[in-house]
Amino acid sequence: MQAARRYFKSFASGFVVAVPVTVTFLDYVGYVARVEGASMQPFLNPEDRSFNDVVLLNRWSVRNFKVNRGDVVSLASPRDPEQRIIKRVIALEGDTVRHTFKMPGTRTYKNRYVRVPSGHFWVEGDNFGHSLDSNFFGPVSVGLVHARASHILWPPQRWQRIEPSLPTDRRPLDQETIDHLEEQGAVTVPKT
Amino acid sequence: MFSSRLRAAAWKAAAVVGYAVQYGCIAHCTLEYAADFIVCSGPSMEPTIHTQDILITEKFSVMLKTVDVGDVVIARSPTNPNIFICKRVAGMEGDKVCLNPGSFIKKYRWVPRGHVWLVGDNMANSSDSRVYGAVPYALLRSKVVFKVWPPGDSGSLRGPPQEMLQVLRTLKDTGGSGAR
Repeated sequence: MQAARRYFKSFASGFVVAVPVTVTFLDYVGYVARVEGASMQPFLNPEDRSFNDVVLLNRWSVRNFKVNRGDVVSLASPRDPEQRIIKRVIALEGDTVRHTFKMPGTRTYKNRYVRVPSGHFWVEGDNFGHSLDSNFFGPVSVGLVHARASHILWPPQRWQRIEPSLPTDRRPLDQETIDHLEEQGAVTVPKT
Repeated sequence: MFSSRLRAAAWKAAAVVGYAVQYGCIAHCTLEYAADFIVCSGPSMEPTIHTQDILITEKFSVMLKTVDVGDVVIARSPTNPNIFICKRVAGMEGDKVCLNPGSFIKKYRWVPRGHVWLVGDNMANSSDSRVYGAVPYALLRSKVVFKVWPPGDSGSLRGPPQEMLQVLRTLKDTGGSGAR
């Protein structure tokens, strides 16, 4: 009976140490997650595979909310706070983004170009037409970003470091084009 | 003989570090998932909260989605993720809020799905949802439950001011934080 009591005491004290340390590690360092859905095809979950990619989510790299264009990030969905979505960062605050009107959403912008307000960014899934992203709900608050996907860990054949990269048709516009568009009044600047 | 003393000292140092890490993690989990002390600055919540007031906030309401209209909450600013704002919830998703209750011609807005409408009690001097729009629910951090400083004004927070009752027509007088 003494041995059993000792066992449970050490179990409980181990538990009390392990849970806060693990939770703190997951909050500050990062963890591993499986990618669901097709919104980032063909980069993540390509169609020729029958199982989903597993990525390493790095929390430490977004602790100051510094993200780069081309990063793949996980963020809380502005439409559903309990859902996490994984998208690519296309534009940062102050950028002018060409808006692809594939779906009319709660925010239909008058112009094809939008200025990303301060504290916000523009995210898109690589799979045009199959992604609910900034083209639907507009610029997103950077405060919603949760982690940066730094590596694809599984399946082993797809093991790679995820480098920031923008699709060729989503590169930032040059200043001359932006000035020209502003002159024409073609850029919507949201109220924030 | 020196090396064994050094080894004993090294083990002791490791134990100290171990305890520090352990208690640091417990502190992080408490402040992140249970309750927190907050010091506010700015005039936007006067007279309910003044600069240098110390508040106790809890995270459970936000996590369990029991935050409601009338609650005072702390959220990440939608325009700058590195700062926090303290405002009162004036509308939940699906509510219809009034942007300018004092005016003759009123303007209304629907609060979109997954968002809340935040307004500072000091409506004349507050930059809030009337300026930067509805705030995504996921930016909310905690709900203010108690003021501990200054001692003369401590206790549960007051209910929403008269002006704010017109922001949302069905805003209940007592709110969620207790009325004075």
